Amino acid sequence: MSSIAKPKQFQLPRIFPRPKSHKGLWYWLATVDHKKIGTMYGLVAFFWFLVGGIEALLIRLQLGQAESSILSPEVYNQMFTMHGTTMVFLVVMPLSAAFFNWIVPLQIGARDVAFPRLNALSLWVFIFGTILMNISWFVGGAPNGGWFGYPPNSSLGFNPGNGITYWVMGLNILGVASIAAGLNFIVTIINMRAPGMHMMKMPVFTWMTLITSVLIVLALPILAVAGIQLTADRIYGTNFFNSEAGGDPIFWQHIFWLFGHPEVYILILPAMGIVSEVLPTFSRKPLFGYTAIVFAGIVIGFMGWFVWSHHMFTVGLGPAANTAFTITTMLIAIPTGVKIFNWISTLWGGSIKLNTSMLFSIGFIAMFTIGGLSGVTHAASPSDAQQQDTYYVVAHFHYVLFGGSIFAIFSGIYYWWPKFTGWLLDEKLGKINFVLMFIGFNLQFGPMHWLGLNGMPRRIYTYTEDMGWEDSNLAATLGGLIIAIAVLVFLGNVILSKRKKQNSGGDPWDARTLEWSIASPPPHYNFVEIPKVKHIDDWWYRKYPELLEGNNQNIKKQKIEVEDSSNVDESKIHMPDLSYYPLIIGVGLTIAALGVMYTFALVTIGLIMVFWGSIGWSTEPVNEDSKEHH
Amino acid sequence: MSTNVTIHHGEEINNSTGVSHKKLLMWTFLGSDVMFFGTFIATFMAYRNKSLNGPYPEDTLNIPITSVSTFVLLMSSLGIVLALHYLKEAKMGLAKFWLLLVIIMGIIFIGFQIYEFSHFAHMGMTPQVNLFGSTFFTLTSLHGAHVSLGILWLIFLLINEHRGNLNSGNAIDLEIAGLYWHFVDIVWIVIFALLYLITANDGVPPGSIPWIGGH
Repeated sequence: MSSIAKPKQFQLPRIFPRPKSHKGLWYWLATVDHKKIGTMYGLVAFFWFLVGGIEALLIRLQLGQAESSILSPEVYNQMFTMHGTTMVFLVVMPLSAAFFNWIVPLQIGARDVAFPRLNALSLWVFIFGTILMNISWFVGGAPNGGWFGYPPNSSLGFNPGNGITYWVMGLNILGVASIAAGLNFIVTIINMRAPGMHMMKMPVFTWMTLITSVLIVLALPILAVAGIQLTADRIYGTNFFNSEAGGDPIFWQHIFWLFGHPEVYILILPAMGIVSEVLPTFSRKPLFGYTAIVFAGIVIGFMGWFVWSHHMFTVGLGPAANTAFTITTMLIAIPTGVKIFNWISTLWGGSIKLNTSMLFSIGFIAMFTIGGLSGVTHAASPSDAQQQDTYYVVAHFHYVLFGGSIFAIFSGIYYWWPKFTGWLLDEKLGKINFVLMFIGFNLQFGPMHWLGLNGMPRRIYTYTEDMGWEDSNLAATLGGLIIAIAVLVFLGNVILSKRKKQNSGGDPWDARTLEWSIASPPPHYNFVEIPKVKHIDDWWYRKYPELLEGNNQNIKKQKIEVEDSSNVDESKIHMPDLSYYPLIIGVGLTIAALGVMYTFALVTIGLIMVFWGSIGWSTEPVNEDSKEHH
Repeated sequence: MSTNVTIHHGEEINNSTGVSHKKLLMWTFLGSDVMFFGTFIATFMAYRNKSLNGPYPEDTLNIPITSVSTFVLLMSSLGIVLALHYLKEAKMGLAKFWLLLVIIMGIIFIGFQIYEFSHFAHMGMTPQVNLFGSTFFTLTSLHGAHVSLGILWLIFLLINEHRGNLNSGNAIDLEIAGLYWHFVDIVWIVIFALLYLITANDGVPPGSIPWIGGH
């Protein structure tokens, strides 16, 4: 084919030259390297973690004492709305995405994701979406309808400012980013596994990424629809949730939670994947029940679609619906329990190394179990009627999302940090970080259980002294401050360890999966040679082949080194070139979204940018030097 | 370590299933789009017969006219199959002819939709007037947006075909656009069945007194 002289491919004339250098600002703006993109996801999401944390602290300071007036009721509403929205969409999802980006291609033995430029698009759309949503603080007030935005409270009649519209537009933009990333990772995992790595030999983290991506791809469009309907109601005067015209606000609850419940599994499944990597590594034995853990993940992802109405037990859907959703919700505890017992069995009899990463993972198991058990108590609709909209629910979901997701994410940070950077984080500071966070977390959210059972409602900005809630609230506020110190210790750890730069080598933990078989940080093409996979935990069995013969005594580690990439002729390696078109499309989408709220001119400008970016993207060759790859 | 291995980042090198990345991406995206349209269709069905005031479907919908545009759109699916077939056989003239015809049929469909919308607006049916208007216009206009995007895509492919950049060697690019086009057609079959055929005779909701409202 290549012998036939081809007509020259049309290329959109460039306004800026295509960046070439692998250094400087231009490189970061135009990179398509999954590792750099993962780093940017991580940094931006961590920034929002600090912002969301400050919002949480302000909420806690306001509630620390009865009848305090640190925040006005209006600002308080904005705080809890943005705290929830930030932590879900701007922190936990993108931090998971950071790990997907960094780790999945390395774990499956690939050079990059399937669509590197689409990956960059996800990043930029995400970043501008977060900015869009937070612009609202400065132009008339942030969103204040809760992270679930129930109408009619979020309808124009009750909420005339622009805050809710910013919230919806921001969520829709973030949804585009998430869906694009989800599609990319599904294709990457299904199609780019190294030779020999069939599905049941994939690392569990990659499995959980796949399940999460499927959930993202199927659930986020539902949120997009809800968002479009609410925006249309607010801007164009349609009637979706307008009860005066027969519209039904309960319908919003159905579609929001039809998205929202799979969403909580989107938040927790990556965390489950992380601990499933950390526990076997530091127990120095294989993950107990690999197949069971994988299938439990699939079952959770599937059953997550049949439980949404447990968020609506007190709406009045009737005993039949409440019973059905009670049963499905309780059933979903089974696969979750399967995982927990498998993790505990992984620890059983292992040579456990209690470093920071492992401590966070074990903390995850304990905290997530508590959160899971309180979840079962409000799976029962009669008991939920007592708990609905109280601090008991706040305690529950912080035990699963903070004690669960965030603990696992910190575990993952400590575990993969040497792979990201090539140097180790300090263990002593790491342990201080863990202990402070563990104490602070339980001090903050433990008392909320009984606060809730004693009747303290969610989302109230203050309470009177005679309610008897002061001591518990003060404890919770102190807990929040301790968590803040723990986060500062983590930041200090990063800064001090960066100064020390204790070299980690490629495989500091004597770990199991392919990402540890290459240098740290990996070269931009990852693997010098694509590995051929024979086993689950292939890298481990390459180091300890005797284990495969059933020999468990006096194992000798084979002299096998991580891949040396210092003598590689890089001109032989064709990686995709840089591209700034994803950035242009990201900016264009955001301008268009702003325009929907303000003026049609901005929509036009935004769409022109999107069009320009798309045409430029589809006509530029992936590699400038190899024309055959389109 | 041997360094003379040519290392490519290309899909041929590393492909576990044999299905190209692009094609897998399109199928996955269509799965995502099913949820998008599905939720809008569910909204329409949930709010069927719930409008408190007219105009009702029986006052507005014109089944014969929409049947014509439906027929045109469905025939365009046949057209894109033929366009792909001839492209694969490297019969470029026929391939370009059919692709052009598909584009024209898509534009005809959009033309019908514009006519329909303006006709409805003339009769006082707008997205603001009642639930039927809100649900009908969002769903059909978003479908129209999908068709329009498809038209732009096919025009782009036709230009490439004309310049010789799209040929039997990379017919997969047209095949993927075809998947999208078929999907949009299939969604229209569902929309035509539910929003037009089933709904056509819906008038004042049974059991309600229109000037008071309620169920």
